Amino acid sequence: MTHIELRGVQKWFGAVQVIKNLNLTIEDGEFIVMLGQSGCGKTTTLRAVAGLETIDEGDILIDGKPVQHLKCSARDIAMVFQSFSLYPHMTVYENIAFPLRATGMGKAGIDEAVRSIAKVLRITELLDRKPSALSGGDMQRVAIGRALVRHPKAMLMDEPIGALDAKLREEMRAEIKRLHVKQGSTTIYVTHDQVEAMSLADRIVIMHEGVLQQVGAPEEVYQRPQNLFVAQFVGSPVMNVSPAIVRSEGDDVSVAIDATVPGFAFPRELLGKLNGHAGNGALKLGIRPEAVLVSRDAQPGYVPVVAHIIEPLGSHDIVDLKVGGEILRARTPSGFVPRAGDAVHVRLDPSQAHFFDQSSGESLGVRL
Amino acid sequence: MATLTMTTLDPQSKAARRGLSDLAIRNLFIIPTIIFLIVFNIFPLLYSLGYSFTDFRASSNAPANFVGLDNYRTLLNDPFIWSNFAITAKYVIVSVAGQVVVGFGVALLLNREIPFKGLITTLLLLPMMLSMAVVGLFWKLLYDPSFGIINYAFGLGRFEWLSNPDMALYAVALTDIWMWSPFVMLLSLAGLSAVPKHLYEAAAIDRAGPIYTFFRITLPLVAPILMIAIIFRTMEAFKTFDLAYILTSQPTTEVISIRLYKMAFQEWQTGMSCALAYIVLIMVIAITNIYVKYLNKVKER
Repeated sequence: MTHIELRGVQKWFGAVQVIKNLNLTIEDGEFIVMLGQSGCGKTTTLRAVAGLETIDEGDILIDGKPVQHLKCSARDIAMVFQSFSLYPHMTVYENIAFPLRATGMGKAGIDEAVRSIAKVLRITELLDRKPSALSGGDMQRVAIGRALVRHPKAMLMDEPIGALDAKLREEMRAEIKRLHVKQGSTTIYVTHDQVEAMSLADRIVIMHEGVLQQVGAPEEVYQRPQNLFVAQFVGSPVMNVSPAIVRSEGDDVSVAIDATVPGFAFPRELLGKLNGHAGNGALKLGIRPEAVLVSRDAQPGYVPVVAHIIEPLGSHDIVDLKVGGEILRARTPSGFVPRAGDAVHVRLDPSQAHFFDQSSGESLGVRL
Repeated sequence: MATLTMTTLDPQSKAARRGLSDLAIRNLFIIPTIIFLIVFNIFPLLYSLGYSFTDFRASSNAPANFVGLDNYRTLLNDPFIWSNFAITAKYVIVSVAGQVVVGFGVALLLNREIPFKGLITTLLLLPMMLSMAVVGLFWKLLYDPSFGIINYAFGLGRFEWLSNPDMALYAVALTDIWMWSPFVMLLSLAGLSAVPKHLYEAAAIDRAGPIYTFFRITLPLVAPILMIAIIFRTMEAFKTFDLAYILTSQPTTEVISIRLYKMAFQEWQTGMSCALAYIVLIMVIAITNIYVKYLNKVKER
């Protein structure tokens, strides 16, 4: 059972604060993905948990015991590096056996452990090779094997598949998921790729400039982003964010994203839920491309717009629609809008709309 | 184009305006070197090979008589020559081992973030830049039993460093260690800083202790470059002459080069000394080859 807790962790590099008051609890067997742009402090956090980086304030607890003053070796944590960090002068077998030999395990025990982990990772036939003779994917398998072989309390992965090409990355992603299901070790995984994060994580931790933005299950982070940063960082293509002008005429409530064009129809509860934020214009509307509903024919409640750019992606198209001075990206079936410049009609799905405070960027938590 | 080693001359360059082609420039630089090498190295080498089969004496006008392998036979049967070789071997082992231990040790100490690292490294390299003769002369003063600073500093009284036949060779080796450890240090430092930091991090994560990390990570990765340092130092130590000749004239410090020098220029046995020089050459080549074989094995990984 491994339980990792970060309490009020602060870290400075000179005058730059890279981790700002981080609090996080990781349950046993959980797969946590730390997501953020480069330089957001996610790797530093990971290295601090591993013991490769000191922290200036706060506590790191593993199974309830503070470890921030312990060396890596005393924390019993394994790590997979982005650069693989295999020992170049040792064979695959010796690489995987290294953590066991370093702690003075018996020969027979080592052999059994190495062969069983090699079987799980399907690298048995590579055991006699040197790392320089391996492909990127195999190197990463070896690195994972070296980390898993001694059954560590927790597994840390620092962009482990970031250096691989796209196809291999997808393969290894599935492999890592499979391994986690099989081994069930508590894992912290750092990446800047939101697709990786969404597909692997039990919970995603999103960081920005050293500040934890949101922690939650992938669908929660996707469907209920707590602020503009999370809204725009998670999801591809990026969520549309534009100024929102709420209009109320009698019973009809509409939200326009540009003053010169008619607004999109919204239910009446919106006014109550916006709770007074409606009038002052300091409001942002966030809407994912799949919530922008496009029709070729005029229908009630649809606003006429012009298709600006079409990106065909095979399974679907991303269409940029010109709404006054704003661009609204919509996700349509492929070939739905035949040509750029065509006039189409568009409506927003109010149940998938997000409203944010313009100045703080915080979500207003409006659910319709 | 990038695969060609020789590209066409830039037509704007000075050399081109003077009408020199690439080939002419290449020859201009290479041919004098080759001539120099032939005249002063290759030619004497071959010529002395010829003399080694004769009883030629450079001090007399008597014609050289061909004596076949007699010189070699005499030398290899001479117990004094073998004792010279034994002294040389002892000297090589003590001096090279000392240099590796001191040089590599200092490199380990310097391979971290310390203030004035560059300055310290440069200062430590100074002994290596001095002339052998100068080093020999001032160490002779340092070793002096009556006013030498070494005896004074260590409170050794009137300890005889150089006139004690059992100590003299070690004293010479000590001077050599002082002078050439920086060389081993410099190469080791290059090797150590080439070990990627993330390997140490990986080893720390893998719970390897400092000693285990040193023997399983640091040493194997530095081994190839350390090997090169050892090859150079062994060759040099085997041929050592100046230091031993200047510091002392004990029979126990008569390394093979000194014997050779005496044979050639004091006893004027030119033919015999040529043969001895060839024996030394073959030995140095043989020893170096063993190292190079090992180096290649180390480098394979």
